[in-house]
Amino acid sequence: MKQCLIVDDSSVIRKVARKIMEEANFEISEAENGQQALEKCRHNMPEIILLDWNMPVMNGLEFLKELRKEPSGDTAKVIFCTTENDMDHITQAISAGANEYIMKPFDKEIIISKLKEVGLLEA
Amino acid sequence: MNSADFDYLRTILKKESGLVLTDDKQYLIESRLLPVAKKLKFESIEKLVAELRRTNGNLLKNHIVEAMTINESFFFRDKTPFDNFEKVMLPSLFESKRAQKQIRIWSAAASTGQEAYSLSMILEEHAEKLKGWTVQIIGTDLCSNALEKAKAGLYSQFEVQRGMPVKYLMKHFSQVGSMWQISSEIRSTVQFRHFNLLNSFNTLGHFDIIFCRNVLIYFDRDMKKDILSRMEKQAHSNAFLILGASETLIGINENFKTVADTRSLYQLKKEESAKTIGVTSGAALTMPKTGTFRT
Repeated sequence: MKQCLIVDDSSVIRKVARKIMEEANFEISEAENGQQALEKCRHNMPEIILLDWNMPVMNGLEFLKELRKEPSGDTAKVIFCTTENDMDHITQAISAGANEYIMKPFDKEIIISKLKEVGLLEA
Repeated sequence: MNSADFDYLRTILKKESGLVLTDDKQYLIESRLLPVAKKLKFESIEKLVAELRRTNGNLLKNHIVEAMTINESFFFRDKTPFDNFEKVMLPSLFESKRAQKQIRIWSAAASTGQEAYSLSMILEEHAEKLKGWTVQIIGTDLCSNALEKAKAGLYSQFEVQRGMPVKYLMKHFSQVGSMWQISSEIRSTVQFRHFNLLNSFNTLGHFDIIFCRNVLIYFDRDMKKDILSRMEKQAHSNAFLILGASETLIGINENFKTVADTRSLYQLKKEESAKTIGVTSGAALTMPKTGTFRT
């Protein structure tokens, strides 16, 4: 079973995302900020990371930049999942190595389509 | 809604659009026509039907037909047809059309434009290879409101995320308030036309690719046969036809053959006749030396 790390400081968002990803047959772990997520990735690199932008301690962009420096840190597909919905943020995220970008609010259909896009689900 | 009104509306819909509603689709009529009744200041759907019975007015008929025939659409819907477009159809046409350097594509139920624009965005990725080629994309639909939206190219945040890779959003869209608008360059590559599939296709010219997804399911068997037979006449030799994932041509048309290792992709196998290549007065998209589309 493929592993998914959901990184968001909102427990509600984590719960919603967990339900969608579990239905898509992923094994889920969670982190409340970028620092926690980085530690989890160092221990066990997931196939996919759903990543919020604005979080305490370490934000999503800082996490992504650190992740991509890690050994095998380029293997995880990263999909930003954030309320930041302007082109400037999208450009920053993709430049930093994000594979896809979701603007909240999201639904199952959007997440599934992005998973297909990054090759983690069949079309 | 009583059964007499339901039958009356079914008869009108079939006559005007070919749409066939089975007995279990009463909920669909009610859910689609309630907003129409409200918009037109009728107290209920029954009052709206009564007015239609009294006047037999075309304007009212149009409102009803449009409400019932609008289809959900989103960018790169189902993904596979667009992968096939890029990896199967385009390479084939690059080869077979290299003398004419012309490709014509029909999005036969264009709705709000996402399918046609998705194709255009893929073509733009191949701009270098398409230098000197003329590509026409025609999007047709019965619903005028949907076509107006298609022409404007304005989509909600939700719409630009359902199925569309972010790379295309970054490359071809800009934010307009809370909406996203597709670039004028991409918009200019598609010509949208109001069109009823029951009418003659002759005015549309001939095509190399016909996207007709999730449309035929609304027609009865005879109507499907008729539409496909007429599409066949408008198709160049070796043209491709793309149906919805759940649709099939079995028992309906024998000349469009399934393309091996694909799903819902068919190719016409017939002798090339001496027909004229059907270039209409539509916007012709050329790939100039700069490698960008232009009309």
